[in-house]
Amino acid sequence: MRHILSILVENEPGVLSRVSGLFSGRGFNIETLNVAPTLEEGVSIMTITTIGDETIIEQIIKQLRKLVTVIKVVDLTEVKNVEREMMLLKVAAEEGKRAEILRIVDVFRCKVVDVGLDEFTLEITGTQDKITALINLMQRFGIKEVARTGAVAMRRSMQ
Amino acid sequence: MELTGAQILLESLGREGVDVIFGFPGGAVIDIYHQIPNYPNLKHVLVRHEQGAIHMADGYARATGKVGVCLVTSGPGATNTVTGIATAYMDSIPVVIITGQVPTPLIGNDAFQEVDIVGITRPCTKHNFLVKDITKLAKTIKEAFFLAQSGRPGPVLIDLPKDVQQQLCAFNYPKKVALRGYNPHYDPNVKQVRKVAELLCKAKHPVIYAGGGVISSSASKELTKLAQAYGLPVTATLMALGCFPGDDPRWLGMLGMHGTYAANHGMSNADLILAVGARFDDRVTGKLSEFATKATMVHIDIDPTSIQKNVHVDVPIVADCRLFMEALNKEMADLAGQKDVFVPKDKWLAQLSEWKAKHPVKYKPATKGGFIKPQSVVEMLYKITKGDCIISTEVGQNQMWAAQFFNYKKPRTLLTSGGLGTMGFGFPAAIGAQAAYPDKLVIDVAGDGSIQMCIQELATAVCYNLPVKIVILNNGYLGMVRQWQELFYEKNYCSTCLDIAPDFVKLAEAYGAAGFRVTQAKELEATLKQAFSTPKPCIVDVIVDPEENVYPMVPAGKSITEMILV
Ligand SMILES: Cc1ncc(C[n+]2csc(CCOP(=O)(O)OP(=O)(O)O)c2C)c(N)n1
Repeated sequence: MRHILSILVENEPGVLSRVSGLFSGRGFNIETLNVAPTLEEGVSIMTITTIGDETIIEQIIKQLRKLVTVIKVVDLTEVKNVEREMMLLKVAAEEGKRAEILRIVDVFRCKVVDVGLDEFTLEITGTQDKITALINLMQRFGIKEVARTGAVAMRRSMQ
Repeated sequence: MELTGAQILLESLGREGVDVIFGFPGGAVIDIYHQIPNYPNLKHVLVRHEQGAIHMADGYARATGKVGVCLVTSGPGATNTVTGIATAYMDSIPVVIITGQVPTPLIGNDAFQEVDIVGITRPCTKHNFLVKDITKLAKTIKEAFFLAQSGRPGPVLIDLPKDVQQQLCAFNYPKKVALRGYNPHYDPNVKQVRKVAELLCKAKHPVIYAGGGVISSSASKELTKLAQAYGLPVTATLMALGCFPGDDPRWLGMLGMHGTYAANHGMSNADLILAVGARFDDRVTGKLSEFATKATMVHIDIDPTSIQKNVHVDVPIVADCRLFMEALNKEMADLAGQKDVFVPKDKWLAQLSEWKAKHPVKYKPATKGGFIKPQSVVEMLYKITKGDCIISTEVGQNQMWAAQFFNYKKPRTLLTSGGLGTMGFGFPAAIGAQAAYPDKLVIDVAGDGSIQMCIQELATAVCYNLPVKIVILNNGYLGMVRQWQELFYEKNYCSTCLDIAPDFVKLAEAYGAAGFRVTQAKELEATLKQAFSTPKPCIVDVIVDPEENVYPMVPAGKSITEMILV
């Protein structure tokens, strides 16, 4: 099963490699990884999505907790959560196709953030499903490039 | 008053009660070495190879329970310690490694003798630090020592750039450590302890399976008390030998690949297993799906990652093993005193004793005029010392014979590389132990292959008058690998015959140590006694049966009851 782990870490050199090295060294797989500072100085938050059965996930969480620079690990999959990912997608947009692309942009409530002679760059935020759906739809126009952030997630306020 | 980084380091070591460090100098630590003469309470042991330094620090830690410390230069000095760091990591041994580093402005520039040792050792240290700011040095050292010995112990590395060693800073050694992300859990849950006591009372076929955690948490007294009071049989891993008296009738011997019949069959027939500070290593469990299938599994470990890793555990307990055993003893005193609660274990013990008597660890005795049997050498060591010594081992057959044919009675009397299985560990580890206990008899049981991996430390032993005794079970082979080739690879003895070997007697003498050779069984006792009474490091080169094997043996991947007996 896919799990979303939210990991609070000390923001110091090497902390990313400690976390990612733990995954690679033990043969666990990281699907997406996202890191940025929190409001608290010196503390960052990582969101990692990974796939594994319960015993593997339990091991991963315990191993993460064991790292001295890891402050807290929460498996968001176990609670109600909000999950979002952002993607930039560059799609071929020849004359005659543009209107249709813009209609899809509308439906998906994403944005055109850059326009070229024969291409659009779209920005979309949403769940993994929504992002996959957009990719699928855009495929037939010809996707030139995508850049994704990987999931960020939080526990919902009302549990 | 301001001190240099080098002085701060040495002052801090003093605060941590460090009395000896094992090290080797170089440009990146010369500032520290420059200060060492000013700290007469700190003894520095100059090794001949950095691998020796880390194993000595490790051996010192295993023998004393204190933190072992080693000091090496950057680059090659640092990388030479990696095998030893991994060795200590696998066996949860508290050591602090101080490595010199190139000056901070050069870090990342491929400077002379620069290596990213923090990166290299990340997977094999409990934690590591690069100190770039002199104001953080004292705090870092405090944290390093705290981390090394608290919770599940392990090696901690401090990488110290040369310019930081030279900078000046006021010295304040912190009294306390506050690490937000590090809070080992020591106290056992009361309800869980009660549950274990109930299970123990009820069980008909219980077995205590002790691991290295019993030794590192000093739980052996409590464990012994429990087993003796309630008639509970005990088996142990290689790492835990000595945690329970090897001459007690409840002792089953070591379990696993080269374990005893009684221990392995005991585990397989147990209805309750109390795993204390053990981690279900594959050398212990054999084929997992057939391991202890009838038992309710109770597992106590300070490290949550050890629990539920390989086997399903019915009662998981994250706690310090000693505190747990203490609590369990109290609970048992309560519970077992009540009528009709405690099921006697006599029948089970009788069954185990029968197995023990029927299938002891044994070997085919030497034929007349034939080679000395290596097992008999270990038995002779026990006969001469009565167990009153520290044994270290190398890795291979020598290690297994040292485990099988010697009765360890006290914790910290066997020093051996269990997790990583590092050839070359035993001799420097013995030197480390001897540095801690100058008056004890310290014996390295060695193979002729392993001893050549750190033999250069003979110079260190001679120089500091650390009279370690090396007993080489010289079979002319990389014996353990040859045994596997014999049994599972059609006797293809590829690259396991050590036909060109040094004359170990002359080698000992060349270093200023004493050398003895034994080729006849009848000379063995006298020669060993002579070596033990020689106040110098000694090599006793015992020429043994070249094709002797270690039995019992469970072939890799088989169930632990599928044993090849002698
Ligand atoms: C550093 C290292 N290299 C290789 C091995 C693999 N290995 C395990 S046992 C063994 C043979 C050891 O031979 P020896 O020291 O002569 O001891 P014996 O088995 O003959 O007692 C080898 C090569 C190891 N454990 N450690």
